[in-house]
Amino acid sequence: MSAVDSILSMLKDPNTQWILLGCMLLGLCSGVIGCFAYLRKQSLMGDTLAHAALPGICIAFMLTGIKSILLFLIGAGIAGLVATLGIGFITRNSRIKPDAAMGIVLSGFFGLGIVLLTQIQHGDYGNQSGLDKFLFGQAASMIGSDVTTMLIVCSVIIAACTLLFKEFKLLSFDPGFARGIGYPVVLLEQLMMFFIVVSVVVGIQAVGVVLVAALLITPAVSARYWTDRLGAMVMLSGLFGALSGVVGTWLSSTTASLPTGPLSVLASTLLFLFSLLLGPRRGLLAKQLTRIRAKRQLEQHTAQQPVQELAKEGGRSL
Amino acid sequence: MPEKNSAIHAPLQITGLSVAYQKKPVLRNVSFEVTEGELIGVIGPNGAGKSTLIKAALGLIPRLAGEVKVYGKPCNQQRQLIGYVPQRESVDWDFPTNALDVVMMGRYGHLGWFRRPGSKEKEIAMECLSKVGMADYATRQISQLSGGQQQRVFLARALAQDAKLYFMDEPFAGVDAATEKAIISLLQELKRSGKTVIVVHHDLATVKEYFDSVLLLNVELQEFGLTNEVFTRANLQRTYGGRLSFLDRQDDELLLLSGQGKG
Repeated sequence: MSAVDSILSMLKDPNTQWILLGCMLLGLCSGVIGCFAYLRKQSLMGDTLAHAALPGICIAFMLTGIKSILLFLIGAGIAGLVATLGIGFITRNSRIKPDAAMGIVLSGFFGLGIVLLTQIQHGDYGNQSGLDKFLFGQAASMIGSDVTTMLIVCSVIIAACTLLFKEFKLLSFDPGFARGIGYPVVLLEQLMMFFIVVSVVVGIQAVGVVLVAALLITPAVSARYWTDRLGAMVMLSGLFGALSGVVGTWLSSTTASLPTGPLSVLASTLLFLFSLLLGPRRGLLAKQLTRIRAKRQLEQHTAQQPVQELAKEGGRSL
Repeated sequence: MPEKNSAIHAPLQITGLSVAYQKKPVLRNVSFEVTEGELIGVIGPNGAGKSTLIKAALGLIPRLAGEVKVYGKPCNQQRQLIGYVPQRESVDWDFPTNALDVVMMGRYGHLGWFRRPGSKEKEIAMECLSKVGMADYATRQISQLSGGQQQRVFLARALAQDAKLYFMDEPFAGVDAATEKAIISLLQELKRSGKTVIVVHHDLATVKEYFDSVLLLNVELQEFGLTNEVFTRANLQRTYGGRLSFLDRQDDELLLLSGQGKG
């Protein structure tokens, strides 16, 4: 089957349509909000929030017995809040650095999540099916209502990032100055954190707790290689995310046994490698070329100039 | 009216300001009042709380006690009157933006929520970049600027704020001679147009030349007043706790050899 045929057949299948749309939206909004997280040096925060979300989701399910994204969102949000507060508490009251604190909190919450998940699977919760999928995600289980939720979440995040672009930009570049001109920095930070939690929670179903952070970070890092403007970077990152979602869905629909979420993450990793290598100016290739060119120029310069003058010049620059 | 306000109230009035990081006091019971239109240098050894004083005055960090008034009102009601130049190292210069864009951030406080900077803001920002001699670098990505140029961009951003009271946190740190000259002539110009500028400063050798008043600080306020009255050997010795070595020249002229590193 050729690529075109397989894409056409994918677009015809209504079930795949939902998955395609869902993964695309997920990639898009994670890519957009991920830019700000990355620029604020909070790449690891996405990972922490994702892992912290697992016990939150489990507890929400155990308390209510209902599988609903909204309830999971509340559970994950509270767990994320507790996790971030925990990290803050540890770094403030000990000499432990933030990265170590994040590592501790992340794995602690994840461990608790796994224990609760096993509990749920062995217990007699009627509606237990599917919660275990949250570990590695199962995009194929997405249905119309999930995609509607994603559409809403995605629209809200993109609208907020568009409206608050100038505020988020200043917050990411120079929070001290932002506070100095009277921005409610704490409120804006919490809002941004909230968006990250939301995109993590809607992403968990498709990609799983372990991989969902990749959707936040990888497109943003890749986009940075292609532009020096924040606006372009955010758009490009959203595009890379959406593209990864589409490619993941397409590959998974051609080979039935491969999971969509991890394929999307792999696609986004490939995009990153491509950017790392070929990005203009920042890419490895461009850097190497600049170095070779500079070396050649220096050699020409050295060959042309008499030794005496060179010595004089060297002396002057010292 | 701000004009009327300024006649009655001092640009900055601080009473009983104390700040502590965890339990260790960084500032203890600092009170002073600055006069409008002066260049004021904040001088003191490392860890004396110079940056902390500025940040607490701006409300960037919580204070334990004390009051800060800008033109007679709490500073969060007077944001439009305050300009701020943070330490250059406080931001990541690899951020995806250019010089003009950073300067335009100085207009954000005047713009209000959701509104994007437009051609008017661009014009103001260009003007400010020209004033610091950086007009040619407007579209340059900020990581490609030298340290001195980055510092000038930060100054241009503060100019774009069009404030009346400026706080500058070590604007002279790690800049080349040309930039230092550009900064000081800019400070003079600000002064001429009636602005008040408070500068955290490290280089004792230039204090007499640059500042009208000095504030000697070492956790507690040591001395505050006109430079030629307060900037004396005895006061400095007290502020720095004997960690300074002096080389006396004739009369009272001091040539200072500061044992301090920058930081």
